[in-house]
Amino acid sequence: MAGEPLIRIRDLRKRFGAHEVLKGVSLDVHAGEVVSVIGASGSGKSTFLRCVNVLERPNGGTMDFEGFHFDYEEGARRQPTAAQLRDLRARIGMVFQSYNLWPHLTVLENVVEAPIRVKGERPAEAREKAEALLARIGLAEKRHAYPSKLSGGQQQRVAIVRALAMQPRLMLFDEVTSALDPELVGEVLGLMANLASEGMTMLLVTHEIGFAREVSNRVIFFDQGVIAEDGSPGDVLRQPSSERLKQFLRRVLHEDAYHAAPAAPLLGGRT
Amino acid sequence: MRIDTIASWWEGFAPYVPGFAAASGLVLVLSVLAIVVSWICGLVAALAKTSRFSALRRASEFYIWFIRGTPTLIQIFIIYFGLPQMGLRLSPFVAGVIALGVNGGAYVAEIVRAGLSAIPKGQMESAQALGMSRWHMMSRIILPQVFRVILPPVTNEAITMVKNTSLLSTITVVELTLYSQTIIATTFRPFEFYIATALIYLVMTSLISQAAGHLERHYARSL
Repeated sequence: MAGEPLIRIRDLRKRFGAHEVLKGVSLDVHAGEVVSVIGASGSGKSTFLRCVNVLERPNGGTMDFEGFHFDYEEGARRQPTAAQLRDLRARIGMVFQSYNLWPHLTVLENVVEAPIRVKGERPAEAREKAEALLARIGLAEKRHAYPSKLSGGQQQRVAIVRALAMQPRLMLFDEVTSALDPELVGEVLGLMANLASEGMTMLLVTHEIGFAREVSNRVIFFDQGVIAEDGSPGDVLRQPSSERLKQFLRRVLHEDAYHAAPAAPLLGGRT
Repeated sequence: MRIDTIASWWEGFAPYVPGFAAASGLVLVLSVLAIVVSWICGLVAALAKTSRFSALRRASEFYIWFIRGTPTLIQIFIIYFGLPQMGLRLSPFVAGVIALGVNGGAYVAEIVRAGLSAIPKGQMESAQALGMSRWHMMSRIILPQVFRVILPPVTNEAITMVKNTSLLSTITVVELTLYSQTIIATTFRPFEFYIATALIYLVMTSLISQAAGHLERHYARSL
């Protein structure tokens, strides 16, 4: 893709104690791209996502995003300040696996809190925008309900709207359907697909291979703390080049679940 | 029991009703002020205990350890009788409020700390991810949730505070306990007057329980 990337990450490294989780990750994401990040648990994909908005502070590497230039090398002078981090995070939306709505605030209050108090929007204006967003996802009549009164799928859609209300330039999704009951996954993926079709730049960690194939225009395979494969969904998912990605895809697509079934009867069947 | 017995009991009490009312009022004022002081001390100590600076953490730990491990009465004596030796002379009222407040603060600190650790980490992360400052996150997102969690133990602390004001009788604060003692000294009727005093404390502590119960039901609406 041509032009300046929206976000440019170089040689990003992160370790927890002696354990190196990210071993030098470089990635450019252009505006409008929808990038799915796949990989086994422990491959570093979630940590990578959390490094993008610095919920985890990297131990090395650089990041450029909308005029911010951060250098995470030890002793570097361009370490992000607290004010810069707030500014950065206000422009990057994030949605979590466990929704993380605030239980003591209503749906509407959850959505308008940051626009009013972080961006300084006028309350009436923020409320109007929030109500329009909630109407678009069909939850307008729930605006005065508390999160506990909503289903998991509804809560996660509100969490997405809460992030969108800040009008972010980039959205991060961290396994946002993993905690949902299977019948509720569709409504959340549907909303994300809409968002993608409207041109939102998205970086999502997911186990939904179907979604990665249909909706994203780029798939990244994380393996042992580095990006092992990077390409279009067609290339990466249909013609994986590495043996590890083939194995991973077989596992998540349950293709060899039957072959792995034990030969001996589990329930002590009669011989 | 015959009517005239009750009547004569009441006759014995009646002259002291205004005095009891004033002493009860003083208990309320002392309790409210000491609770305010205890909250300030408690919040500071709880924040200090989670601070990045080890000196603050140590200071907070020492404070909680010392207060919880020594009798409240001795703490009151240190402030009222001990501090003048250091050149700080406080009135019995002020010394009493400070002593009870500092005492309660150590317990409030532990309650707040437990409350903070009961809030899932994701609550803070979602606030941070939206660009909130630490102050904004604490005041609008975290502490309101902490407050609900700690309401029951905080209620107990408030009740303890009301009862602890009785200890201030030892440093000449004429609150309920000392007032009833002075009456008993002249009437020689300890049974009736101590029972009456106990009932007044009971009314005050019961009102606190009632109020807390209302608050809890109010918060339950979002659960």
